Order: sequence, then C-alpha cells, then structure tokens
Amino acid sequence: MLKREGQVRIPAGCAISGIFSRSGAPVNGGRIVQSIAAMHDRSNGLGGGFAGYGIYPGYKDYFAMHVFFDDQTARRDCEEFLQRHFDIVNLSRIPTRKVKSIRDEPLIWRYFVQPLHHKLADCQLDEAEYVSRCVMRINSTVKGAYVFSSGKNMGVFKAVGYPEDVGEFYRLEEYEGYCWTAHGRYPTNTPGWWGGAHPFALLDYSVVHNGEISSYDANRRWVEMFGYRCSLLTDTEVIAYIFDYLLRRLGLTLEEAAAIVAAPFWDTISRMPEEERERMICLRRKFSSLLITGPFSILLGFEGGLMALNDRLKLRSLVAAEAGDTFYVASEECAIRTIQPQLNRVWAPRGGEPVIVRLNEGVQV
Amino acid sequence: MRTELCWPEFEVLRDPVRCVNCKVCVRECANEVHRWDEKTGRVTADESKCVNCQRCVATCPTRALAIAPTRNRLREGAGWQPGLLRQIYRQAETGGVLLSSMGSPAPLPSYWDRLLINASQVTNPSIDPLREPMETRTFLGRRDAPLCRDENGRLVPQKVPGLELETPILFAAMSYGAISYNAHAALAKAAKRLGTFYNTGEGGLHEDFYAYGENTIVQVASGRFGVHPRYLNAGAAVEIKIGQGAKPGIGGHLPGKKITADVARTRMIPPGSDAISPAPHHDIYSIEDLRQLVDSLKEATGGTRPIIVKVAAVHNIAAIASGIARSGADIIAIDGFSGGTGAAPVRIRDNVGIPIELALAAVDQRLRDEQIRGRVSLVVSGSIRSSADVVKAIALGADAVSIGTAALVAMGCHLCRSCHRGLCNWGIASQRPDLVARLDIDQAADRLYNLVTAWTHEIQEMMGGMGINSIDALRGNRLMLRGIGLSETELRVLGVQHAGE
Repeated sequence: MLKREGQVRIPAGCAISGIFSRSGAPVNGGRIVQSIAAMHDRSNGLGGGFAGYGIYPGYKDYFAMHVFFDDQTARRDCEEFLQRHFDIVNLSRIPTRKVKSIRDEPLIWRYFVQPLHHKLADCQLDEAEYVSRCVMRINSTVKGAYVFSSGKNMGVFKAVGYPEDVGEFYRLEEYEGYCWTAHGRYPTNTPGWWGGAHPFALLDYSVVHNGEISSYDANRRWVEMFGYRCSLLTDTEVIAYIFDYLLRRLGLTLEEAAAIVAAPFWDTISRMPEEERERMICLRRKFSSLLITGPFSILLGFEGGLMALNDRLKLRSLVAAEAGDTFYVASEECAIRTIQPQLNRVWAPRGGEPVIVRLNEGVQV
Repeated sequence: MRTELCWPEFEVLRDPVRCVNCKVCVRECANEVHRWDEKTGRVTADESKCVNCQRCVATCPTRALAIAPTRNRLREGAGWQPGLLRQIYRQAETGGVLLSSMGSPAPLPSYWDRLLINASQVTNPSIDPLREPMETRTFLGRRDAPLCRDENGRLVPQKVPGLELETPILFAAMSYGAISYNAHAALAKAAKRLGTFYNTGEGGLHEDFYAYGENTIVQVASGRFGVHPRYLNAGAAVEIKIGQGAKPGIGGHLPGKKITADVARTRMIPPGSDAISPAPHHDIYSIEDLRQLVDSLKEATGGTRPIIVKVAAVHNIAAIASGIARSGADIIAIDGFSGGTGAAPVRIRDNVGIPIELALAAVDQRLRDEQIRGRVSLVVSGSIRSSADVVKAIALGADAVSIGTAALVAMGCHLCRSCHRGLCNWGIASQRPDLVARLDIDQAADRLYNLVTAWTHEIQEMMGGMGINSIDALRGNRLMLRGIGLSETELRVLGVQHAGE
C-alpha cells in the first residue's frame, strides 16, 4: 500500500499564485481559481488548495477551524476535544458542490471558536499559543481528525484534485477576501490524502510553496526542538513552522525572518555597511539551522499582509506584478495576465529578496 | 644460546641489483635497522628493529627497498592469532603494560563506511560549486543567546564567544612534546592560511607560536602543563580535556626522553622528567566541579573565549554531553574510540569506548530532545579519514570535525604506530633534533593546506550534488544519509533509514 504524508517524504513540483488588495477591496475567490487554472500543466491532479484572508468578517474575532474527518467517530472525538478547550459559537459543514473529478472526500467541517477563559488562564499561555498547541494535539492524537486551518478571519480550502476543480468543489466564488493564495501540486507519488494538499496553515500563517528544499531534515530537526511536530513530512509544513517560530514566538520582523531562511551569502554580507553586516552575521549564526536551501518560491499569508520569497539562488520561477492597489504574484506571468491583462509593473523578484505587501494604513477588514 | 620468542614482524627486501650501497638507509633509520658491514662491504638489516615506517623505502635513491610482512608463519589457530601470542611473549618477558600509538588497528566496525550520501535527481536541481557560491563557513559557539533590540526595535548584535572556521575542519589536539616543534609550526601556519584552528594539546604553547594565537586552541588538561594566564589568553578558545578516544578514563604519559629543554620550558616542568597527566582532573570529581572550572577559565579570559570540553565517546555519552552543555561550555568535542594518540595502552585503545558515529548520533539527538542543541556546538573526531567522513559527520549532527591522524599522514606519517618511542624517522613525533630537522615546516604546512583545501572542494561537490549550498543546511540533515547493511538497532541509534527506504 502506498504511504501517505507523514509516513513518507514525497517531493513535489507545483504552481503558486497570489492576489493581494492593499486597499482591502474584496476580491472574489473565483479570480484566484481562474489564475491558478492558467497553470494547469504545473499540477498533476494530486492536490490543490487555496487560502483566503478577510473571508469571515462576521466571525473575525473567532478562530476558524477547518477540519477533515475520516468518519463520524473522528468527528465526535474531535468535537469532544474542542468542547473541552473552546467555546464553540458556530459549527457547520463547509459547503461544497459535487465535482466529477473530486472523489473520496472526507467529512469537512468548520468551527468558529474561542479558547475557554478558565482553561486559558490555567495554562498561562497566550491565546495563539493555546490554539496552536490544541491544533497539534488534535492532529497528533485524535485519530481520523485533521485540523487544516485555524486562523482568525481566514480559511484554507484544499483537496486532492486539480486546483480549479478544488475551487469549484469548495464554491470559492461565494467567498470574498482581501488576499488569496493558491497552490497546484505535482507530487511524485499518489498519496490521495486531503491533508497532504497545500496550503499548510497554522493560526493566521499560511504557506504555499513550490520547490523541494534540500535542507528539510536540518530544518525539521531544529524546529522540532521548540515543540513543533512535523507530522506531514512536507516542506510546506516545516516552512510554516519556521515562520510561526520566528515571527510569532520570537517576534522577528518579516525582513529578518526572510534574511534567515534565504540568508544573503557570506560574500554579500562582507560587503554590507558595518552595522547591517553585524546584524546579518548575528542572524545567520544564531539561526543557521533555519536556513532553507534548494529551490523554493513561497507565499506566506498572514493577517493583513503577504510575503513572497524566492530561494537565494532563485531556482524556482516567481513573478510579481501590480495593477493599481492590487498586487499579484505567481509562478508564471500567464497566471497574472489571465485575470489582469493590464499591469502597471511586472518584475521577477531577486533570489532571497522578500516582497512584502500589507494593507494600506487605516484599512479595516 | 639466546632464544627469541618474538620473531621480526617485517622483512626488509633489498634488491641487490639496484642497491648501490650508498648508505642513505643507514643514515635515515633512527631505529638502526640498516647497518653498513665493513667486512662484506654491503648494507645489512636487523629486521627485529623495523617498525615499517617506510622512511628507507621513501628515501632510497635507487628504489632498491621494500618492507613486507614476514613470511614466517605460526601454526594456524583462529582464536590465537600471532599478534596475541607476540603480546603475551612480550608481557611475559617484561611484566609491563603494552603500549602503542595512533588509532587502533583492530578490525572494529567503521560506521562511516556503512553510510551513504544522497544526491539530487530531477525533482530538485544539484548545484554546481564552480558556478554558484558554496558556503562552508562554520561558527562554533552558543546559538541560544536572546536577541537584543534598542528602543526603536532595531536588532543590537551581541558579542558571543565563538570560533569562525572557513571550513568545518580543525586540527586535533596534539601536544608539543608528543609531536615536534616543526610539526607544530606547520599546523599553526596551515591553520592560519586555512582560516581554521590547531590545538596545543596539553603541552603548553611554545613562545614562538603565540604569533598564531588567533588560530590556536589552548588546552587545559589534568596535568595543567604550561597553563598560565598569558597562555589562556593567547588562544582563540580554551579546551578542557577530560578524555581522549584512544584512551578513555586514563591520563597521559610523556616519557622523560621526549622532555627536552624546550619542551620542559613550554610545559613548565624539569627537563628529562616524565610528564604524567593524572587520569581525572584533581579538581573535577563531578559535573558541578566542571562548571567551576569552566567559570574559572571564563573569568581568566574575561569571558571573551569560548570554552570547549573534550570527552571520549563512552557508553553514557549522551547524558554526559547533556551535563556538559548545562555546565556553561560553549563547544563539546567528542573523540571516538578510533582516535589517535601519541601513546596509549594497547588494551585500553582496542577495548574502551564506542565509535564516534554512534556517540555523535546519540548526543545530537539527546541535546535536541532536551531542547539544548543550540546551547553548544559539537566537534567530533576519531577516525575522520576523508571528506566523505566529514560530510557524514555533519549530516549526523556535528558542527565540525577535528583531524589528527589525517593531518599527520599529510605531513608524511606512515602510521607505524611507534610515536611513543620518540624515534619518528619523519621528524613528526620525535624531539631528536636531527630527526625533527627532516620535517620541512613550509613544505609540511603546504601539504596540510592542500589536504584541507582538497577536502573542502570535495565537501562542496557533495553538497552541491545534494542541492545544498551552505554547510548550515547539511548539519543534522540525516535524511541525506542512508545506512547500508546495518541492523535495526544501529539504524535507530544513528537515526537514519536503510538504503532503499
């Protein structure tokens, strides 16, 4: 029997795409589906997914848990866990429609939750850490349950199939958000497990990634020291944990995190002005085991922003573009032109140089 | 009539047609194997003194010489090999402990040879080190210091005591006394050129080598030879030597005949006296004592130097390393049971301790399990024989490796395992001025430089093949290794999968 994610490490090629509206103007989910569909040949039907930000304005103060269940027992067990740890204000199946090419779907549920006050106070953790630990607990101990999205006012939708079919399945045209990312997967195996599709998300952070990182086990073994459990054995998972650790747990800036995972070469550092050079040396030494090598292009979604980052040799394609207040980024330019033929600016970000976009000042979503 | 129970181990084969009786071999052999016989007008050999150091072979201008294992055979017996019989004869004769030098020649398993390295194919690209930067720079020291920021939130880098190496290879600790002035000078010069470090061992630091302080690790061992404040501050790091892979649990013994005036001055002991390092440090009887010595050395160096604690790989090494990591050390050096030495009891060398591969894997994993891997760097040694061993060590979890035997071999050592006799014909492990003079410092330094440079190129090629362009991404990257012909237990301890998995 073929092994699924978590039992075996499966390399994968991919397509990624992202849209970000700086003004906060809602972007329909259908647009990101149209964009990723243009890169159909970069996927092979074994995984597709999307992350949308600003999609749950009505529940924006609640953590939105998207969960796959293998069966009703798993759902019951998971709900028992959720009830013990959270105040559940809304629960429902995530609306889907039948699509011919998407089969064997698990039960897909959504819960809007808040940590129980007394539990939170008892464990002396902040809200985010509490939720992240609960998610890890469910994913590692509740058999047949898998939380694949756990942020506020954002959600991940993913499945085994071509991304455009996945978008149709989840009825993404019914959602609107200020930021969307998408992923089409080309794995070298047929795992057939929905949890293994991308994006990978923890709290507000979501990662879509194209590449195969050669530093995987060095990164995994380092980040696992800090309580993360890499249960999927995928690049995307470990990258998401690295960013969660650097940004949320240690409070580094996005620029600093980018300078750690796609560190400038020592040669480049030696030519920097002294102050900057010392800072870079400090970061590279301290976080040397979080350097990511091998080809990657990453879109990191987070509350209010999006970061695109290439590996330092730029071994994977990544194109960025702007039209008005909207930022586009994709593996190939066609995926941008297909939804926005007129662009003010198109460029290929340099290897290791993060492109960071945020909501304009004062924008509330 | 005298009966010799021990037979010569080697035969000196001299081609009479080629030999021109030039007597170079007579002059070159400090063991006095070759002799000029006035009566017959021929060079003869006393094979019983031969240690097979190959000096005569290498210097014979007509290539008339070869050394071969003796054809003399004892009656076969699997359990009682000739070597064992020889040792019993010698002990029965002398009542003494058997001594030898360098790493164990016993056919003990080498796990490096049972590990295979990965390479990229199709799904991700290999990287060509001739076209792209391929970084081998390595920092040794703590990596767990909290980040500091100023009031504007800007990062304020803190000075962390540590060592920066251009390539993850250091020269292992070898004392002046065990090896010669010229060998030390060559190591110091090469370390400087390579951007790495050599190590004084426990012999103190000769006045002439203070100039190489930036590339020197000064050692504090149980004998405290040559230790004084200026010495401690002369180097880039201070190493507390607890143990050594070739002889875990015991001290050291440099015979008086190797304690020349210069060695004596450097060690701060009387010339000609035996230099005996006790088995334990007499101020370290437990882990909390180690902490005090670490703190003392930090104080003596103003907190500016990283402190290395060197231990031998023994059964409980993971717990020991964890204790050391919590005792304030910045770097742990672990020496495996195949490590070299200037002199060690044969029984200890061949039977005490464990392979460095298993020790390294266990220590690296334990420190991670305890979430303190960032508190220390790991340097391993004891059977690093090639660049492939370096790559495998780093993938298992080491930050860097030390090479001792390989460095000596680069300088001309032929592993005759007779350093303790002080008659090294290559001028490496001797203090006899005429022998020491045979080792040309600049030539030896060049050869060391070449060796490490060659290894670094090979490491870069292997990294590139794996699609890795910084040594940082190789460290602890065990998925890049697969075991071959290993048991489940061995694979579990090493933390690697079997080839094909």
